[in-house]
Amino acid sequence: MALGVEGLRQAAWYPVASSDDLPFRHVYHGQLLGQELAIWRADDGHVNVWENRCLHRGVRLSIGINDGAELKCQYHGWRYANRTAGCTYIPAHPADAPARRITNRTYPVKERFGLVWSALTPEAPEPEVAERGFALRPIPVNATPEMVLAALVRRGSAVTELRPLGVVLMLKGAPGRATYFVQPVDAARAVIRGVVETAPDIATLRGFNAVLSVLRDEVEAEARRGALPEPIVPRYEPVSVELATMPDLVIGRQAKLRVVVKRRWQAAIDVTGLELAPLSGAHLPTFQPGAHIDLHLPNGLVRQYSITNGPGELTSYTIAVKREAESRGGSAAIADALRDGDVLAVSEPRNNFPLRRDAVRTTFIAGGIGLTPLLSMAKALKRQGLGFDFHAFARSEGHLPFGEDLDALGDGVTRHFGLSPAATAQAIREALGPHGFARHAYICGPGPMLELARGLAAALGWPDEAVHYEYFRNDHEIDRRSSFTVELARSALSLTVPAGKSILEVMRENGVDAPSSCEQGACGTCLTRVLEGEIDHQDVYLNATEKAAGNVMMTCVSRAISARLVLDI
Amino acid sequence: MAYSKPLAPALRDLWHVVAASQEVPMGGKRVTTLFETAVTVSRNERLRVTSHEDGSLLPVIERYGCIWTSFGSPSADLFPIVEYGESDRRNIIAGSIGVNVSAPRAIENFLDMGHFPYVHTDILGAEPHTEVKEYDVEISYERDEILATRCRFFQPRAALTATEGQDVDYIYRVPHPYCSVLYKSCPADESRLDVIAIFCQPMTEETIRAHLMLSLVDDTNTDAGIRRFQQTIFGQDRPILENQYPKRLPLDPRAETPIRADKSAIAYRRWLSQKGVNYGVIPQQLS
Repeated sequence: MALGVEGLRQAAWYPVASSDDLPFRHVYHGQLLGQELAIWRADDGHVNVWENRCLHRGVRLSIGINDGAELKCQYHGWRYANRTAGCTYIPAHPADAPARRITNRTYPVKERFGLVWSALTPEAPEPEVAERGFALRPIPVNATPEMVLAALVRRGSAVTELRPLGVVLMLKGAPGRATYFVQPVDAARAVIRGVVETAPDIATLRGFNAVLSVLRDEVEAEARRGALPEPIVPRYEPVSVELATMPDLVIGRQAKLRVVVKRRWQAAIDVTGLELAPLSGAHLPTFQPGAHIDLHLPNGLVRQYSITNGPGELTSYTIAVKREAESRGGSAAIADALRDGDVLAVSEPRNNFPLRRDAVRTTFIAGGIGLTPLLSMAKALKRQGLGFDFHAFARSEGHLPFGEDLDALGDGVTRHFGLSPAATAQAIREALGPHGFARHAYICGPGPMLELARGLAAALGWPDEAVHYEYFRNDHEIDRRSSFTVELARSALSLTVPAGKSILEVMRENGVDAPSSCEQGACGTCLTRVLEGEIDHQDVYLNATEKAAGNVMMTCVSRAISARLVLDI
Repeated sequence: MAYSKPLAPALRDLWHVVAASQEVPMGGKRVTTLFETAVTVSRNERLRVTSHEDGSLLPVIERYGCIWTSFGSPSADLFPIVEYGESDRRNIIAGSIGVNVSAPRAIENFLDMGHFPYVHTDILGAEPHTEVKEYDVEISYERDEILATRCRFFQPRAALTATEGQDVDYIYRVPHPYCSVLYKSCPADESRLDVIAIFCQPMTEETIRAHLMLSLVDDTNTDAGIRRFQQTIFGQDRPILENQYPKRLPLDPRAETPIRADKSAIAYRRWLSQKGVNYGVIPQQLS
């Protein structure tokens, strides 16, 4: 073995499958240099080449389920997104958003002339071959890849080598010249993948097949005479320390991503639709239904927008911006100033509005632009075949964005236009009905409508933990007059919070990095555990039960009633 | 002995299962494998386990419907399962099944509830009821075993007579590196618990025979019906176990990604590490 396993890993991309191996919704079990691969095509055409192992408990993903947008592990139903292999759902903990960084190992992929190519190291050079070609039937051979290559060279003429395991030649007895790539499956297993320049007819295919079959028999006979190397021991790279311990995410109010406005359109009256594509790379980070991004605007403002995409749709994020009458500059800046091709800074997606998927029936109640997070949720349930009702309320049909997306959700969608407050209440009451076992409701819309729906749900016997909601913003006036002390238990810091400043601001001034997003008590990003002290809750994120429990708070707006708070930071 | 490396004392001096009693009737003889060593289990005037390595007689006891032996100096008795001795229980060996997996992977699967809706669909669980609720785990150093309590999981039909789903209570014990015992709500008598145990016979590091023992309070089902049910459940687990890689259980915390539902598995891996178990596992590399 001239290069050795490590040399071959570094040396090149190799073919790992035929395009024909990837029929609709199939997962193909491939192998390259001892490393098993799960290879699957999503409905959008993208081919994924992943390590064949769920990071949770090591079960092969090649026995998993390809639902067209995500791959679902057979063992515990964990779902991994097309393109990124990021985990989007962990069914054992339906109320939690999975740590976004749980990501299966992926390998780079190219599809050319009917072959799927990949490499074990991203730096490996791509093969230099013609753009066009037609793949011959792959011929598996039980021999070392080097023996197979040597046999091809021995029996050919006019040889051009394509290092490390390819060759262009006229094989003795074959109907024509061809390029042969030897896929190094394992130390003593290989696949000959031939490519010809023009579409071959049946006689030509038979001719190649006959010659290669004879070659295979001879090489395998030769291999049986000698001692073959042991199979390559596969490498299982360790997961990161963070994943092994699963701590809370710590992300400040940072804009790590750059996106380009791919499309800007009038999505409804006073609503601008924006499709944001990655500036570099093929896709954006994995998101979960309900997630939002912070959009950093040219005028310095930061605003939150929910991602409306369905599962596995990662080539762009689609968001909707409402032009508010009393706009504080955010939505007006977007509606008026942005153009196709503009570059914007956005945060990675963050999910404080996670979707449980263990409900027998999920009810969505959307007011106007509030349908955006719920749309993403409903698309995920639809894909999984889980039942839901989607009630969209708007002033008129013209005020409701994403009508086509709603159409695609099917029969569960009901539209309510121009209802009076009383009629709205009646419609919500009917939509909710009395609470039943394993039923959950998700509500998003303007403040008054949200208050109304929450009140109706409570009156109908819905417990707090079954009613999930997200406010656009916190309309309550924040009372910042108190002053108190906070102790950060894990950081061993004691800080004084004066009147007029938030806990979050004081922590930042003292070098404590804490995640935040909306900074007005609506989005839930700065949620912090409280170990001691009485909390003055001023947010709209926590529900009454959570507020009464008194063990978590939003540090961006909430304060202390007691003289001292002890936080788990 | 023929096994590829010296066994840790924590394993050498333990009792290990080599056969179900029903596999070796009076006058019968069975050749099997333990730690890559061929042994003959025979029953004539007395029960014998003989090593093929040197022809020596190995210690032997018969407990819980199975025959146990040891390559070292085992304690006087095996871990207790007190329910087994209750006179009104039916004690059944539901099967002795070969699986291409390490013993610790099989034990970890036995402790796991999160897979019920996906692997034992419509029997032990059903989508969308997938939540693993908070439970408690402790490593008892006094009894040298792991105990997981307050475990609950939604079961669509908890009993043959049930028409609606409900949460079923479980208690799990791991009293031996390769054995686990679970206690489950008993449909026939609310005040008692059914017992189901798995005893893994490590043939090699990556192959086992799993002996399934049930001790039930049940006057209605036939032995054949009970065996068929348990074999159905295990038959569903088996293809998952045989598709787990690496086959040996990795003890390095960074080898895989645990979640809160895996608390018992985390404790089990830690316990194996602390005991120095070195067979069927990939030990943690100390850096």
